[in-house]
Amino acid sequence: MTAPAPLVEIRNLEKRFDLSGNFLEQLRFRNGKLTRHQEYVHAINGVNLQVQKGEALCVVGESGCGKSTVARTVMGLLSPSGGEVHYGGKRIDDMSGKAVLPYRRKMQMIFQNPYASLNPRMTIQQTLEEPIRFHHPDWTKADIKNQVQDVMQSVGIDPDWGVRYAHEFSGGQRQRISIARALAVDPEFIVADEPISALDVSIQAQVLNLMMDAQEARGLTYLFITHDLAVVEHFGTRVAVMYLGTVCELADTATLFDSPRHPYTQALLSAIPRLEDHRPNHIRLHGEVSTPVNLPSGCVFHGRCPYANDRCRQEIPALIATDSGSQVACHAVEEGRL
Amino acid sequence: MSTATLSRWSRFRESFLWYSFKRDKIAIVSFVVFVLIVAAGVFAPLLAPADPYDLTQINIMNSELPPMWLDGGDPQFPLGTDAQGRDLLSTILYGTRVSLLIGFGAVLLQSLLGILFGLLAGYLGGRVDALLMRVADVQLSFSTLMVAIIVGAVFKASFGNLMFGEIAIYMLILIIGVAEWPQIARTVRASVLAEKKKEYVDAAKVMGFRTNRIMFRHILPNTLSPIFVIGTVQIANAIISEAALSFLGLGMPETQPSLGSLIKSGFDYIQSGSWWITLIPGLVLVVLVLVINLLGDWLRDVMNPRLYKG
Repeated sequence: MTAPAPLVEIRNLEKRFDLSGNFLEQLRFRNGKLTRHQEYVHAINGVNLQVQKGEALCVVGESGCGKSTVARTVMGLLSPSGGEVHYGGKRIDDMSGKAVLPYRRKMQMIFQNPYASLNPRMTIQQTLEEPIRFHHPDWTKADIKNQVQDVMQSVGIDPDWGVRYAHEFSGGQRQRISIARALAVDPEFIVADEPISALDVSIQAQVLNLMMDAQEARGLTYLFITHDLAVVEHFGTRVAVMYLGTVCELADTATLFDSPRHPYTQALLSAIPRLEDHRPNHIRLHGEVSTPVNLPSGCVFHGRCPYANDRCRQEIPALIATDSGSQVACHAVEEGRL
Repeated sequence: MSTATLSRWSRFRESFLWYSFKRDKIAIVSFVVFVLIVAAGVFAPLLAPADPYDLTQINIMNSELPPMWLDGGDPQFPLGTDAQGRDLLSTILYGTRVSLLIGFGAVLLQSLLGILFGLLAGYLGGRVDALLMRVADVQLSFSTLMVAIIVGAVFKASFGNLMFGEIAIYMLILIIGVAEWPQIARTVRASVLAEKKKEYVDAAKVMGFRTNRIMFRHILPNTLSPIFVIGTVQIANAIISEAALSFLGLGMPETQPSLGSLIKSGFDYIQSGSWWITLIPGLVLVVLVLVINLLGDWLRDVMNPRLYKG
């Protein structure tokens, strides 16, 4: 895991969203004193991830745990409040608009909602041609047309449909088109933010297989955001489990599903419904779900963790490699209590 | 090229716009009347029996002749003549042309300003948004007509009557256009705020497109339908504003009368029995504004996303 340099590296990433509004709205009267009151949503709190070339790193977690924020920060749609994003060894999160342009071509994104991610006033041909023309100003019209045709064929959309508008397609077809748009500029790295969760179950597998075929044919690297554990098992090389803006376990897919170490991962995996179950035997978590506005001290999971002790309430655990090859951020695992 | 235009035409034929137009009798009648009036204005030099701008064709002896179906009417002047002996039909045709020019010109100007400022305010947000929208608020707190009267009076005083007469058309377009931009800017800003959260804008950002390109190529086309609706109603408003200004003597000079200044010039004679100088141009103005407003109403219904999602 340490040998080759990672394609994408996220170091100590933090992202806060300001809830308190402008300066005047922050002023409050408390006990006769005028105080400034600021509140933040702590969406990501010190995430470290390395994406190796050619792998599909899945990020899973419950809603609101910061998975999508990680994806959007990596793509530069959000600027991080702290930490760094590196691509191929270069830091890209603080680059200017012009300097980052070559990386824009190499990094692409597939969005969750295929009904909103295509411009309704553009034909498919226009949608696919625009990025190619933008990133290859020296290409001739014929080159661009060929590229669009290739990429449409590779996602299973008839090139003759290019004259149509997005609303004339079904959800699955639209998602194929947005995959085609991402592939049109020949990227190396694709961030997919829940790309199949808005689709029918029958279509999900098709789109997933399409993405895996593209990975094989083009040597793509994925950062795949999802909450669907079945997809992770099918698709992922490695899995990062997130809880309240931190990574609590990072492991190879097989290792994680065989022997989850972190108490949250164990609870998460036990919640997968199985056909052979007569009575579901999942771990019930107790306690309050913490909000990202008032982060708990110490381990973010301690309020719901059955193994939490005083150390968990005070000290933030770091990701530590275990003998099974996974990395776990848990004091109990480190101390051998679990 | 021909196939592209053909498919655009067939696309239009299949669209909801055409479908609902065919079914709405009021819209059809309004549209036909509107097109007739616009055509009459545009082709005024061909249609008019006389040229009201040409002093050699005017005879003061013909002044205040009634329409030809009344006693004392002259078939040479179908709608009668005004106080200076100009043929009223020709003057109305030319006046319609002036009124429409000012209406469309002013709306073009306010759309340009409104779209630009609305896009900037909505997309960039923050301080740009606060600044532009406060300017708009301040401007909206003055009535359009009051601003126009003050500016018009200042210009008229500083340029003198003769010079003002020559540039009056451009001045009116400028005054009415600048006074009304906040209407459009606010509408555009509101739709930009809704559009910029959609994922296709994120997709464009991920591609590395520059802000200008995203604003004008991606967001603007998706905010155009409300602008069409407001623009239509604003044409009628601009024509009315121009007529009001002209009626107050701050609009078009009597040598190049618009519908408003015609009404005004006839108003002085209405007590002496020459009602046609005021009433006939007034009727044309009312019909013109009415059909534009009816078309605007129809457009608003068609493009209302709650009634029809397109």
